[in-house]
Amino acid sequence: MDPVNLEAVQEALDSFQNKEVYIHLETTNGAYASHKNEAFFSSGAYIRNAKVVYERAKITGIGPFRTGLKIPLGWVYAEGITHYEIDSKGRLLLAGHDFEGRLAVALEISETPFQ
Amino acid sequence: MEKESHVLVVFPHPDDEAFGVSGTIASHVNMGTPVTYACLTLGEMGRNMGNPPFANRETLPAIRKHELREAARVLGISDLRMLGYRDKTVEFEDPDKLTDEISSLIQELNPSLIITFYPGYSVHPDHEATGEAVVRAVGKIPEAQRTKLHCVAFSKNTKEELGEPDTIHDISAVADIKLDAIRAHRSQTELMVAELGEKLKQKDPQALAWLNIERFWTYKH
Repeated sequence: MDPVNLEAVQEALDSFQNKEVYIHLETTNGAYASHKNEAFFSSGAYIRNAKVVYERAKITGIGPFRTGLKIPLGWVYAEGITHYEIDSKGRLLLAGHDFEGRLAVALEISETPFQ
Repeated sequence: MEKESHVLVVFPHPDDEAFGVSGTIASHVNMGTPVTYACLTLGEMGRNMGNPPFANRETLPAIRKHELREAARVLGISDLRMLGYRDKTVEFEDPDKLTDEISSLIQELNPSLIITFYPGYSVHPDHEATGEAVVRAVGKIPEAQRTKLHCVAFSKNTKEELGEPDTIHDISAVADIKLDAIRAHRSQTELMVAELGEKLKQKDPQALAWLNIERFWTYKH
């Protein structure tokens, strides 16, 4: 993955506009966070292959970046985005890595279901 | 270490076998004992992507599958089974389905020893669900024929509630193989191996003990 290039990511986001797409959205602090530090409140969530059509999408901020997808009855949102990749299947992979390089957040968009 | 006829190891993630038990696995293999490793998931939801990162959420499963095969090769595991579950979801599966899957492995392989996580003392929900399934499957075997079950436990309440481990293996004779198995899971262990290597060079007693001593609690049904 490469550090976010706002123009390239925005262009990719726009290319999926008004199309039926599959979303992978995830936040994680790791399953061992509370084991390693009892004062840490462990939480996380993911949704894989949610099918949506978004009418607009934007990536913004000074980095780490925020991304919002406006869907007919609501929103898809991710913050902490640091890296992006358009993979060989044409999918847009956005990820936020923490200071040690571990994944903390992911937002991915694809025209075909994720495996 | 007692000579076994067949060892069955059941864990949910590629690399679970490397940290706590790979010295024990390598020792059994050295004695000529066949070892089967049933790994429930491919660790698809891992956070470590390599250092510097070379994986992403979508490439991670294939990378970890390759790493798992490499670790199995290094350890001499003759029979590697990938059961096709998904990381972080084992606890939400039908418990009977999981039990049956483990029961059929036991029937097929007739192991003399099974190694898994100790339910209630293994921190990660996938570890707990895996240990519980193995315990249920072994519990279905009539008591007189019940397979010996060695469990790995590392939650903070382990010593207080389970006491000291009843089986302790000094695996220093195969420590190099263990390190290679840990290294094989490169996407997950690269950062940690660099740190560990330094400590081992300085003969840090804690690091040496972590590497050389493997502890098991025999499950009490």
